[in-house]
Amino acid sequence: MARIGVFVCWCGSNIAGTVDVEKVREEAAKIPGVVSALDYKYMCSDPGQNSLRNIIKEKNLTGIVLAACSPHMHENTFRKAAAKEGLNPYFVEIANIREQVSWVHEDKERATAKAVDLMKMMVEKVKRDRPIEDVRVPLNKKALVIGGGIAGIQAALDIANGGVEVILVEKEPSIGGRMIQLDETFPTLDCSSCIMTPKMVEANQHPNIKLYTYSEVEDISGYIGNFKVKIKKKARSVVEKDCTGCGECWNACPMHKNVKSEFNVNLSERTAIYVPFPQAVPLVPVLDRSVCLHFKKGGKCQKCYDACGPKCINFDLQDEIIEETVGAIVASTGYDLMDTSMYGEYGYGKYKDVISGLQFERLLSASGPTEGVIKRPSDGKTPQTIVFVQCVGSRDPEKGVPYCSKVCCMYTAKHAKLFAHKVHGSQSYVFYIDIRSTSKGYEEFVRSTMEQDGAIYLRGRVSKIYEDEGKLIVKGADTLSGNQVEIAADMVVLATGVIPKKGSDKLAQMLGISYDKYGFFTESHPKLRPAESSTAGIFLAGMAQGPRDIPESVVSGSAAASKILGLFSKNEYEVEGTIAGVNEATCVACFYCQRVCAYNAISRKEIKDRSGKLVKVVANVNPGLCTGCGACVNACFSKSIDVKGFMDDQIYAEIKALAV
Amino acid sequence: MEDKDVKKESQNHTDVKIERGNPGDPRIIAFVCNWCTYSGADLAGTSRMKYSDNVRVIKLPCTGRIDPLFIVEAFKKGAKGVLVSGCHPGDCHYTSGNYHSRRKYATFRDLLGYLGVDLDRVEFSWVSASEGNKWVSIINEFTDKIKSLPGKSTDIFTKK
Repeated sequence: MARIGVFVCWCGSNIAGTVDVEKVREEAAKIPGVVSALDYKYMCSDPGQNSLRNIIKEKNLTGIVLAACSPHMHENTFRKAAAKEGLNPYFVEIANIREQVSWVHEDKERATAKAVDLMKMMVEKVKRDRPIEDVRVPLNKKALVIGGGIAGIQAALDIANGGVEVILVEKEPSIGGRMIQLDETFPTLDCSSCIMTPKMVEANQHPNIKLYTYSEVEDISGYIGNFKVKIKKKARSVVEKDCTGCGECWNACPMHKNVKSEFNVNLSERTAIYVPFPQAVPLVPVLDRSVCLHFKKGGKCQKCYDACGPKCINFDLQDEIIEETVGAIVASTGYDLMDTSMYGEYGYGKYKDVISGLQFERLLSASGPTEGVIKRPSDGKTPQTIVFVQCVGSRDPEKGVPYCSKVCCMYTAKHAKLFAHKVHGSQSYVFYIDIRSTSKGYEEFVRSTMEQDGAIYLRGRVSKIYEDEGKLIVKGADTLSGNQVEIAADMVVLATGVIPKKGSDKLAQMLGISYDKYGFFTESHPKLRPAESSTAGIFLAGMAQGPRDIPESVVSGSAAASKILGLFSKNEYEVEGTIAGVNEATCVACFYCQRVCAYNAISRKEIKDRSGKLVKVVANVNPGLCTGCGACVNACFSKSIDVKGFMDDQIYAEIKALAV
Repeated sequence: MEDKDVKKESQNHTDVKIERGNPGDPRIIAFVCNWCTYSGADLAGTSRMKYSDNVRVIKLPCTGRIDPLFIVEAFKKGAKGVLVSGCHPGDCHYTSGNYHSRRKYATFRDLLGYLGVDLDRVEFSWVSASEGNKWVSIINEFTDKIKSLPGKSTDIFTKK
């Protein structure tokens, strides 16, 4: 039999001024099951809470209702007070008679009637409350970082330095991501590889980091604290532990000049067995079986094997599946550049000297195909005039994407600046829509490119680029002077927009995290939880979330790491107990609940008898993933799933309490 | 109150009964989500805005939790108007609960109409946690609409 206590708070005159609190108390005392009704000036004060606790003890209450301020204010206060007297904290219900009655209504009689109604509803609800235990999920204190660019490396290093084991998975043969492809970085003009390589080496040598390069995440299941991960380690054809990175193998490979180098964005060639760049980490080559003569010509060529001193080349190596269990995941898969073929008028792909910004980075780089000397891809001559075109794909809802790619204004300014530094007497022109240079030192950087390095900025778009007698004729508009311009350039660099890494949508589906219509991962809250995905235990970092520059990527990597270290500072992850539960006796295994669940929290559970024979299949709620939203409850045809704290019978009782 | 009482009441209703009925008649029940609309209603309170006192709020975690049968039950128990309100599209605390709710409501509304329920008596809206003023105007407008509906206001069915 229910023994309910009702406590009506005056909140000074905040409630008592508009609501007849004594009337509410009297009405409460009349309700069957209410054994104690009391009104008090300030229930949340120490004496208020003490009297609440005393009455719980004295009357041996099974539930309490507070007619007081909003549950968003003091629900936790009263739950804690109840818990101190041994009452399950979820047996506390709040009738909101301040924010939703006394403060918004003026007629005392009608306000009192409403307060009584709300109190009655909550009495009926609390009568039907069941004890709820908060769920504790054990944590495997190991983290997985997917993507070894600057954001992923930063996350991995921070987590590892916090004393937690990290698995860092990178799809490419080396870690380093996009940042290691860059030459110098804005606005300080630090050489990218000078600041990146030490981090890559540190990640490789860190005792807490296990590095899997040339590997991909194949499958992920489980939930926060307990993710089961399958990693496919692609066959490298080189035994990593024996390789010294001496380079004899790629020097011996007959396949030079045949394969375009991905790292140099097709500006140079590589061999079939190769390291993408000299500072690769790990410095172990990969044999590209799709072009290797050994694999194409039935095992005849084995020049690399013959050249290899430690004999670590093994043509028979197979893909390997590695299984790991981790407690938290960072998704930092980075970005790709947009395909610019829709801009046929710019002639990218048609004219050799129309290149992308990333290709220009490689031309600038001392480790690039031209060893840092700016040369035209067509004839190797040093260009004297370069036209830079900004917003190619970005901010173009018609052909490209509507968003701003954020880094292009700055890297174009950097390109123009470095071009002026490297080729004296040269001239650069920049076509732009707006200049966005909002971080520390950025505006000054762009200014100095214009003022000291003499880049001519033209506000307007380029309409056509065509070749004429060895020159690229760029036609465009200068909207500030209102003139059409025509520039005879030696080279054109397109500031191509960024898009999420190819395949990141598939990864998102595997992880059960959401992504926007462009494929960027979405945060749990865009402002207040920017490092977390919508799925507990999965965190986000870097450009996979959207365009950002290096400092922001580093910050986001560190943010994800600190979230994980915070999570791992306890042995268990605590979840509020107000989650869904399945009545296995009535579940018919239609799994409509699974379809509507936004959190992948529902799985199939097989019930077997003692002999192991399958008795039935039912839905099963994973407490680590369920958030208690209740969408599944309405999807259920057999009324077999319900959300604790908001059970069907409670809601119906609330409605019934309002019957007129 | 049992179903038969409702039936009895709807047979015997008179305008006189309404006048001496409960303060708060005509009764409006609002099913709202905890994160947006409930907080928006709280904000109306902390901003000391005033609105019609006919509404009784039932808080749920998400509009996705709102079973259409709750609406039926509310009418059965004497509500003269039912409001469903949650987070704006794209803002759902639970990613997609409000979309489930919207879709369910669109279908269910037709069924209510088929049953003869006056569709002016059910309303669906989005009120965010920062829209105390929107909550106030929705409640006031909806209450006025319910009060102005033709026929005896105890009857939720349209006159055919």
